[in-house]
Amino acid sequence: MKEGKMASSFTRILSSKRNVGILSLVGGSVAAGFLLHREHVTAGEPLRRRYPASAEYPDLRKHNNCMASSLTPAIYAKLCDKATPNGYTLDQAIQTGVDNPGHPFIKTVGLVAGDEESYEVFAELLDPVIKERHNGYDPRTMKHPTDLNASKIQSGVFDERYVLSSRVRTGRSIRGLSLPPACTRAERREVERVVVDALSGLKEDLTGKYYSLTLMTEQEQQQLIDDHFLFDKPVSPLLTCAGMARDWPDGRGIWHNNEKTFLIWINEEDHTRVISMEKGGNMKRVFERFCRGLKEVERLIQERGWEFMWNERLGYILTCPSNLGTGLRAGVHVKLPRLSKDPRFSKILDNLRLQKRGTGGVDTAAVGGVFDISNLDRLGQSEVQLVQTVIDGVNYLIECEKRLEKGQDIKVPAPIKQFK
Amino acid sequence: MPFGNTHNQAKLKYSSEQEYPDLSKHNNYMAKILTAAMYERLRTKETPSGFTLDDVIQTGVDNPGHPFIMTVGCVAGDEETYEVFKELLDPVIEDRHGGYKPTDKHKTDLNPDNLKGGDDLDPKYVLSSRVRTGRSIRGFCLPPHCSRGERRAVEKLSVEALAALSGDLKGKYYALKNMTEAEQQQLIDDHFLFDKPVSPLLLASGMARDWPDARGIWHNDNKTFLVWVNEEDHLRVISMQKGGKMKEVFTRFCTGLTKIETLFRDRGHAFMWNEHLGYVLTCPSNLGTGLRAGVHVKLPNMSKQAKFDEILSKLRLQKRGTGGVDTAAVGGVFDISNADRLGFSEVELVQMVVDGVKLLVEMEKRLEKGQSIDNLMPAQK
Repeated sequence: MKEGKMASSFTRILSSKRNVGILSLVGGSVAAGFLLHREHVTAGEPLRRRYPASAEYPDLRKHNNCMASSLTPAIYAKLCDKATPNGYTLDQAIQTGVDNPGHPFIKTVGLVAGDEESYEVFAELLDPVIKERHNGYDPRTMKHPTDLNASKIQSGVFDERYVLSSRVRTGRSIRGLSLPPACTRAERREVERVVVDALSGLKEDLTGKYYSLTLMTEQEQQQLIDDHFLFDKPVSPLLTCAGMARDWPDGRGIWHNNEKTFLIWINEEDHTRVISMEKGGNMKRVFERFCRGLKEVERLIQERGWEFMWNERLGYILTCPSNLGTGLRAGVHVKLPRLSKDPRFSKILDNLRLQKRGTGGVDTAAVGGVFDISNLDRLGQSEVQLVQTVIDGVNYLIECEKRLEKGQDIKVPAPIKQFK
Repeated sequence: MPFGNTHNQAKLKYSSEQEYPDLSKHNNYMAKILTAAMYERLRTKETPSGFTLDDVIQTGVDNPGHPFIMTVGCVAGDEETYEVFKELLDPVIEDRHGGYKPTDKHKTDLNPDNLKGGDDLDPKYVLSSRVRTGRSIRGFCLPPHCSRGERRAVEKLSVEALAALSGDLKGKYYALKNMTEAEQQQLIDDHFLFDKPVSPLLLASGMARDWPDARGIWHNDNKTFLVWVNEEDHLRVISMQKGGKMKEVFTRFCTGLTKIETLFRDRGHAFMWNEHLGYVLTCPSNLGTGLRAGVHVKLPNMSKQAKFDEILSKLRLQKRGTGGVDTAAVGGVFDISNADRLGFSEVELVQMVVDGVKLLVEMEKRLEKGQSIDNLMPAQK
């Protein structure tokens, strides 16, 4: 069998969604069970000064992030001695939020998952954080719908006098391997090996090539920069404080198809980031390729004994709680010079459940009236629903722009209901 | 990883070859010494507080280094790191500290009376004099590994001990997270305030976690004796003043340190120290004395001499810009200090600085008058 030893041992531990269900039922005692197992494995108890939880509790008085809002001393005391089966602890999960107090205007999440089990073992903190970040989605009671059937999309081809490019991205994690904040070098290399191996099985318009960050030539690097594909070592302290940039650039790389319309980042902020993009306004085709590519990749890794991290309550599991569910951001670069100057612009976007960014991505400014417009939500609605929301919303925005061009007035649409 | 020990056990499921870092593009002492075979032997170990090999080397893996400057590439998380990982650290220490062997003994001498001269460096050239070192409190993990609780305990113990200093050493503590804007500005103006580390060498080792919790600055009312709490080490102790009276600076340094050590001992705590490594600090480069004695000195003519670097090397001195390590000299003013830390006592190192700076100033005066300095050339110390 071509599959590595690691694949079989890990899939034996957590091979099916059924097993994950069992783990989540058992909940807190899982940690205790695995702690007992750990005692059996290690020779002696590590000795270090032990302080009560109250002496270890972080000073969050100047902090403004979701973790700081939810982490009471009581919750800290309850969770601080727990660890996931891989040994990931609460202090590690919250380190990024402790180190980055946040901004008065922008509320960051303030914690990360080191592995799939983090979402179970530290549920008491993660559930309220998820609820706050995802506008009331309650992981304890609600189910997340997954739908990658692109044929359900209506319209989805934009007026190219306005829409310059269309893009859909998400992330996927390989079940059984720790996530970027916690992974060892061997695990990270295993993620790379598993994914690159699977991607080599893609055919036709998806046929492509992998460029490892450690091995790429200067020319390849320049080409990737020119194509706007190359990602760099994270500089944001939000990411570096979580430990995601360790051992850079070991195990990191970029894969893309020959047509440069389907692109995968390996071991950046997540195990994989999957991107489908094109110039122009054919969002339907972009999403169709996105779904087809994702399903093909999933099939290829399953052939080799692996699967993606996913469950019913949280959808696809990724490093940052903000990317749970679909992990999907579908967006366009669209010319809205008049609409963007209208004082109702923000409210219109809000009601359409859309957000604006500059054309450099998150935290950049718009240039020449061109905006990056994408969905606000990630969790609680399916991929099809979110992409449809973007399509309907962007069509509405273009209509507004056209009306303003003709000197006509525009209307603020009624707010869209969440969690359909 | 700072705290997760189970994590090290989980890692052992992978072979050593699968975990061994890619050091092919690296230039630091750790990368020079850590072979795959050594990695295999050491990866199963951990110190009693749970510091592992990967914790030791993470900063060196993340920072490949510079073709010209050889960084250390590893840190200690506790006192026992130097024992448990001696197979790696002994050769690193030997390489970094000029051939210091695992069997060598380090002499500690904090008796300022043993220093000859040093009270008459020409203040027209020597603008300021400064001596610094570090101290770690035995029984507590070091900055790369400590928990918030431990770090706060180190702060509390230190503040209590320092509060008992009297006479010209009487002073006040300013916690980083509590200081007022006015206090902050004053500390900046005095050149006392330290900031959150930005160097990736320090960040990658985990020393800046939870900033600014339990970090602070203590200084005496006279502003000549200063202690940093929980920056790169538990304590950094600094004695400084304008002018060239290095003997005075060193005397206050020794008196202050000895008093602090006594105050800690009265409270049941010792500094980390042993016969072989001297004072134990976070970075292997600071072992032994942890001492850097230096002056800011005007040497515009000397610095243009072709043999300037060679002379410094013979005198066992190093130059830095007046902003400290990795800065450039401004207006011909250099920071000149001892290059060594381990294998020489505190008195011996300060003696080298005093004698060396005296010679450099003499050479500068000759060059000013257009005279030759050939007969002043020193032998290798």
